[in-house]
Amino acid sequence: MGTETPTQTGAEITGGGAAAGDNAANRRARRILFGCAAITVLTTLAIFFVLLDNAASYFFGAKFTEMTRGASFEQTVTFTEFFTGQRWAPDHARPAHGILPIVFGTLAITVGAAFVAIPIGTATAIYLSEYASPGIRSKLKPMLEILAGIPTIVYGYFAIAFINPVLLSGLAAYVLNPLGNGLLQVGSALPGTMGDSLTSIATSMIGINVGRYSLLSGILVVGIMTIPMVSSISEDAMSAVPDDLRNGAYALGATKFNVSTRIVLPASISGVFASYILAVSRAIGETMAVTLAAGFNANITTNPFDEIMTMTAYMVSMARGTSAVGTVEYQSLFAVGLVLFVMTLVMNLLNDAFKRRFQEEYQ
Amino acid sequence: MSTETETGVEDGNTLFSDIDLSWEHRKNELFRWLLIAASLFGVVMLALLLFDVVTDFYTGLTEFNISLYEFFTQDGSQEETRAGFKGAVIASIMLMIMTAVLAFFVGVGSAIYLEEYAPDSRITRLIEANLANLAGVPSIVYGLLALAAVVNGIGIGPILIAGAVALGLLVMPIIIVSTQEALRAVPDSVRNGSYATGATKWQTIRRVVLPAAIPGIMTGTILALARAIGETAPLIMVGALFVNRTPSGPTDRFSAMPTQIYNWAAQPSEHFIHLAAVGIVVLLSFLFVMNGVAIYIRHRYETEV
Repeated sequence: MGTETPTQTGAEITGGGAAAGDNAANRRARRILFGCAAITVLTTLAIFFVLLDNAASYFFGAKFTEMTRGASFEQTVTFTEFFTGQRWAPDHARPAHGILPIVFGTLAITVGAAFVAIPIGTATAIYLSEYASPGIRSKLKPMLEILAGIPTIVYGYFAIAFINPVLLSGLAAYVLNPLGNGLLQVGSALPGTMGDSLTSIATSMIGINVGRYSLLSGILVVGIMTIPMVSSISEDAMSAVPDDLRNGAYALGATKFNVSTRIVLPASISGVFASYILAVSRAIGETMAVTLAAGFNANITTNPFDEIMTMTAYMVSMARGTSAVGTVEYQSLFAVGLVLFVMTLVMNLLNDAFKRRFQEEYQ
Repeated sequence: MSTETETGVEDGNTLFSDIDLSWEHRKNELFRWLLIAASLFGVVMLALLLFDVVTDFYTGLTEFNISLYEFFTQDGSQEETRAGFKGAVIASIMLMIMTAVLAFFVGVGSAIYLEEYAPDSRITRLIEANLANLAGVPSIVYGLLALAAVVNGIGIGPILIAGAVALGLLVMPIIIVSTQEALRAVPDSVRNGSYATGATKWQTIRRVVLPAAIPGIMTGTILALARAIGETAPLIMVGALFVNRTPSGPTDRFSAMPTQIYNWAAQPSEHFIHLAAVGIVVLLSFLFVMNGVAIYIRHRYETEV
């Protein structure tokens, strides 16, 4: 069709003949493709709508969509109880609706994992970007990619089959408990308050007993799985720092250490922060690994060897039962999901802001 | 080379002989070893993880007498000695096909719109920002969406299609971003050549840009599906647990590979733990093959673009 008059028309300029059909096809394609792109926006709206609507039935006994159709509603769970209550057992015979224990669980894992992933990930990024030879780079990077590509359920298995029963139990039985015994003898020999405090520390060390699940195991496993996120995104940011800056510093006699810590890291800091936020966001939403590592016991604790429950683990535990539509268990899924979604949304927006700042600086 | 630097150091020493730089160099060396140790941490953990899975796989076969033949020919079961993986493998393959159908066309279509058509407007920026946000939404939330909107909203129940919807929406942003990269890699001169012959934008995309970008798009899609096949949380939300039989079709209830592994790993029995290890080896083999295919396509067609 259009092949006969290709050179002179330029289809979009002239409108007649076969080119008109082509242009109509072009416009149609454009509309359909825009529809595809619009689906992604609709997905976000649908997530918001579904979470809000179902969470409403948790708080008010009826969905918003049901209220508009005239359903009666009254507030069954107050927001004060939800956000400040310290016991979480919506499915209990004497229900309690304080979300704090499971928010604590999520934050404890997230903060702990950040302490693992951020230093190690940043150091790995600096090594890859500044120190490593091309040969080592080409071996180390794929390994980190494999680490990033392993499904979270496998990390969960690693936690429940190795980290907790072998690594942490071994640590408790062969290091911490004997050490506590030794300290106890020293503490009882020492006079005064110093001896007393040492004794109490020693007793708590002897008392350490690793069960099937532990907070520390969750922290370790989530920390390990977020290392590649921190390292790869930070390394990208560091590699984007212009060599002129490095060479200027080297010309002044700086060592690689000086250049890495005083030139490259400050210059790439917003990109590096973006990677931290992404890792934190990922840790907040992480599900299978924390479920299998940290367990299902909603409590606020400072003992890293205790079993805890994250928001995501609660959701898994509820879905495991036969919680039917309309029960408080089912509705609570969406209330917790909404809190989770808002937390990660804030992180994602922060991440976006840092990323944009970094792009303004160097691209 | 080395002699040059050495004389350089000597010169420095004679010029500034009163300045002791040895601490600076020692600090640099110390830092280097610290970085190497940190970099090795991830590698060691990866090795430990794989070692743990493989040894559990091996003891599962030898000490717990898990027969690979029965593992692949029997459905899941509450009885540890009769539990197999067949239903889960078939469910996962069906899920993957449906996820690909659901996510591929919409994903590639969105990417074409954003790369080729979209004007630099507010709406475009909104779509782009939203995409970045969607990629950061926890996978379990996609499960909630499918649970409320598809399983109970439309009312089709916890069937394979519902799982595929959750996974399809989950991997859509990944497909879009990788397709955008593939489209961006097609040089503008190719497009301009097509325009010069009088082709419309759509003709250019369909006949020139897409054929050049298709290897990159396929690579990205396969990697996205590799992500989907390992996803557990959305399927658990949808209700894919406690099902043992092989699904008969897209409208049947199911338990996929990762949910079956979770089911086993969460049991206190040692036998089930080792069944989970065998299941993980199967799942990782799937991932290995998919990544291999993706890398092969990338290398095979790299030169042509």
